[in-house]
Amino acid sequence: MTVDELRPIIEALIYVSEEPISLKQLAAILEGESVADIQTAADQLVEEFNARGGGLEVRQLAGGYRITTRPEFSEYVRRYLKSQPSARLSLAALETLAVIAYKQPITIPEILEIRGVTSTSAIKTLLDRRLIVAKGHKQVVGRPMLYGTSKDFLIHFGLNDLSELPNLEDFEDLMTS
Amino acid sequence: MKDAMSQETEQSSAAEAQPEFAESSDQYKVKLSMFEGPLDLLLYLIRKEEVSIYDIPTARITEQYLEYLRAMQELDIGVAGEFLVMAATLIHIKTQMLLPRDPDAPEEEIEDPRNELVYQLLEHQKFKGVANVLHQRATMEAAAFTRASMEEDADNPEVAATIFQLFEVFKDVMDRRRAISEIEIARDEMTMTEKIAEIKLMLNDSAEVSARSLFERARSRREMVLIFLSVLELVKGLVIRLTQSEIFGDIVIMKREA
Repeated sequence: MTVDELRPIIEALIYVSEEPISLKQLAAILEGESVADIQTAADQLVEEFNARGGGLEVRQLAGGYRITTRPEFSEYVRRYLKSQPSARLSLAALETLAVIAYKQPITIPEILEIRGVTSTSAIKTLLDRRLIVAKGHKQVVGRPMLYGTSKDFLIHFGLNDLSELPNLEDFEDLMTS
Repeated sequence: MKDAMSQETEQSSAAEAQPEFAESSDQYKVKLSMFEGPLDLLLYLIRKEEVSIYDIPTARITEQYLEYLRAMQELDIGVAGEFLVMAATLIHIKTQMLLPRDPDAPEEEIEDPRNELVYQLLEHQKFKGVANVLHQRATMEAAAFTRASMEEDADNPEVAATIFQLFEVFKDVMDRRRAISEIEIARDEMTMTEKIAEIKLMLNDSAEVSARSLFERARSRREMVLIFLSVLELVKGLVIRLTQSEIFGDIVIMKREA
């Protein structure tokens, strides 16, 4: 198939997929098609949706493609869904999450060391909201649990992968400058 | 020893992170919902005093830090253990700073006792900054919606039927419906007036009619009820008389002589 033939098929697949659909998944369905062509077609879709300026966009999230409504229309969509923005994370939970995101896999005592404060309830919130997951035990005395971020974390923060996290060093000299 | 200072309330947002202080003449009035921990308080003090994080005037900052802890206690805010540990650390650093340095030690071997704390503060600061960015990203992201999930039922395979099958089913339903309505019409045919007339006619032909035989002729439950009511009606209207020769025996219906 040509890229032009692949494009509408991929659009349909992105539409029906519940989660961001990865290139790997697309390639498995489009058996025998070149992954490079699939990627080109998918990337063209991203541009196509952007150029159209419609209510939807194709975005790269958590290592896959996903169709979402444009943020500028959220007010209307919320009105239709009768939904409230979900409860925001507390500052404590956010800071704990930031530490986990950059230092993963990390144990609770290690988080305490960086934050200077215990984070037990923040950890619980993050686990409940599935933003972090247990990633096994650290092979030291007491075998403490290691934590890392989940796929939901990437989706929640609109990241394609962890490399898209803001550069930690950019925040180094906030105070001195 | 979890308290209001380090309690991690889930609804407070990053925007409310800025600690609120009202400085009065003699003491600091501390408003609630402020410092996540001792590092937060220290960072706040450093910013407030406009000193360099790399060259913290230990004595001054320690004094202020302790002042805040005292204020918290006065306001009955339990001070979390972490705050006390930091107080101890600060005092320890302060005393180390006061100790005379070894004059013979080479310059590069002299380690500033504040180094570890400075490193911790910088790390903490970075994560605070990142937490803010994450908060903004999450807010942006919450504004983009995906389509509602589709109904997927593995136990209920898709309907695959032709228009002819659909017609067959429709015909079956209609036939069944017709059968039902035929029964309904049959039921409606017999009324009580007719039944009474029928019984009267039977009594004209023969002087005695067995109640049992009358009921046995009934074709439906409804007709039996109808016969029963008709008989009662005829008794009430003094048209017939019922006699029973023995208990549980047959009831005989007879015409009453006018």
